[in-house]
Amino acid sequence: MLTISSEKKNELFNYLLKGTGYFSLVLITLFLLTLCFNSMLSLKTLSLPFLFNSNWQPNTGNFGAAPFIIGTLFTSILALGISIPFSLSISIYIGYFLKNKKRKNTLETLIDLLAGIPSVIYGFWGLMVLVPIIIKIQTILGVIPYGVGILAASLILALMIIPYSVTLGKDVINLVPTDLIEAAIGLGATPYEVIKHIAIPYSFSGLFAGHLMAFGRAISETMAVTMVIGNRNFIPKSIMDPANTLASVIANEFGEASDPLYVSSLIELGLILLIITTIINIIGKIIIKAYTIETE
Amino acid sequence: MKQNKSNLEKRIIKNKIFYEIIKIFSYVLLIPLALILFYIIKNGIAYLNLDFFIKMPAPVGETGGGALNAIIGSFLIVGLSGLIAIPLGILIGIFLAEFKSHKINNLTRLAIETLQGIPSIIYGIVAYAWFVMPFGKFSGISASIALALMMLPMVAKATEESLKMIPYTLKEASYALGANYYTTIKKVVLPSCQKGITSGVLIGISRILGETAPLLFTAFGNAFLNFNMTKPINALPLLIYNYASSPYQEWHQIAWASSLFLIIIVLGLSIFSKNVIK
Repeated sequence: MLTISSEKKNELFNYLLKGTGYFSLVLITLFLLTLCFNSMLSLKTLSLPFLFNSNWQPNTGNFGAAPFIIGTLFTSILALGISIPFSLSISIYIGYFLKNKKRKNTLETLIDLLAGIPSVIYGFWGLMVLVPIIIKIQTILGVIPYGVGILAASLILALMIIPYSVTLGKDVINLVPTDLIEAAIGLGATPYEVIKHIAIPYSFSGLFAGHLMAFGRAISETMAVTMVIGNRNFIPKSIMDPANTLASVIANEFGEASDPLYVSSLIELGLILLIITTIINIIGKIIIKAYTIETE
Repeated sequence: MKQNKSNLEKRIIKNKIFYEIIKIFSYVLLIPLALILFYIIKNGIAYLNLDFFIKMPAPVGETGGGALNAIIGSFLIVGLSGLIAIPLGILIGIFLAEFKSHKINNLTRLAIETLQGIPSIIYGIVAYAWFVMPFGKFSGISASIALALMMLPMVAKATEESLKMIPYTLKEASYALGANYYTTIKKVVLPSCQKGITSGVLIGISRILGETAPLLFTAFGNAFLNFNMTKPINALPLLIYNYASSPYQEWHQIAWASSLFLIIIVLGLSIFSKNVIK
């Protein structure tokens, strides 16, 4: 009797495991279908011009995604640009120079700490500390002192994405074969030359993938950006302008949207965001996969 | 000869400059980190007192007050998410690691990885479409579903990774003793990956505890104390977001204290989980 029940249990457990496997497929399909289905109205009514229309005035029935697509790319590219010197330096410093184990651990823990701070706290801090500083700078420069805007958002974003590119970056630098490095040193190369001519070319695709994934994070980041970007639905003309990103306009307007087309077009913005980040993630993963096979 | 020497000197100087630049950039990054922590501790510590934990937010214009409703809401929402995501995530993780040759194994992995890469705000939209639209009201449950979806891939991945580390001989030994598959997984495999899974779960919890975007149009926030998960409910990150955008000094102070409290839990959990692994 006991053996039968235990066998039954075993069988049930097998079904349960396979069931959860199928369940996760159903889940992701439903997830994506929900987004498509709910943005159908906007996809049908506004169709392709939605992407290029630079006019977003929900109260007059004007829906255009261009300000947000441009706002997203503007802030993310700027954030990536600001973060690269730091993330590359730290990757090289931890992966190549820093031999002291204790120091290395401390630095790595501190950078993990940076990744662990919740996004809303970055936003709050940005609003309370960074924005007033930017207002002072803008007053000195003689531009309209909004404080909030592309610049504030990019600075906060840069800070938030550095840990992501460093996590991969330090590992790929560390993976550069020692014999290659030693051969270069044997030929009389200085550490600078070793890094420039051996380490970086060798680990280039890994570094690229790390920064690409960080770029994806920047695009999809919501709260911190929403709080410091100024939420203005026009195409930004300079880095001092307030703007809106795909994620921030959803966060800001979805709760109060009542018109079906309005809701639907916001969900379509979400769909666009999802498509962009998924493409970036897939490219990053393909590069990493090719890279790990190559080094193995 | 002289030219050679000056060339060498140039290279050495170049190398020195390079090294210093690398070092400066690496340590300069710690300044904003220190500044963030400094401001949160400086502004938050004064209000992170007993009142913070046992009192409701004070009305505008009154000083004092706490964040009791947000603290309770956060724990309710995250608790329910954990109840959903932890068992499901572990099962999916076992499926991924154990049923390697099953026809949907790779598809499931792709599904989990796709889920992991989805921007946080999108979870909010989907949970809204699933649980807020049909019932016509914001609820704590819808927020829990959104956060559970976020946590699920983290738990599944952690389980899969730690199951992969278990040597096959351990399982063979269990089979040889006459144990069946279920008993082997339950009594041998899972206990030996306990640490890895626990650490994955803790990291997952610390991640969703600070998430705000999925809560905006699911939990929505609530100015009153609420234990009912079918009604709008407040949460710490929501409180920080709402109070940060308000013009009131008193609310900012509560937001600072909430930030400090949240950061202590979130960072504490992630540091603790890393030490669990070791």
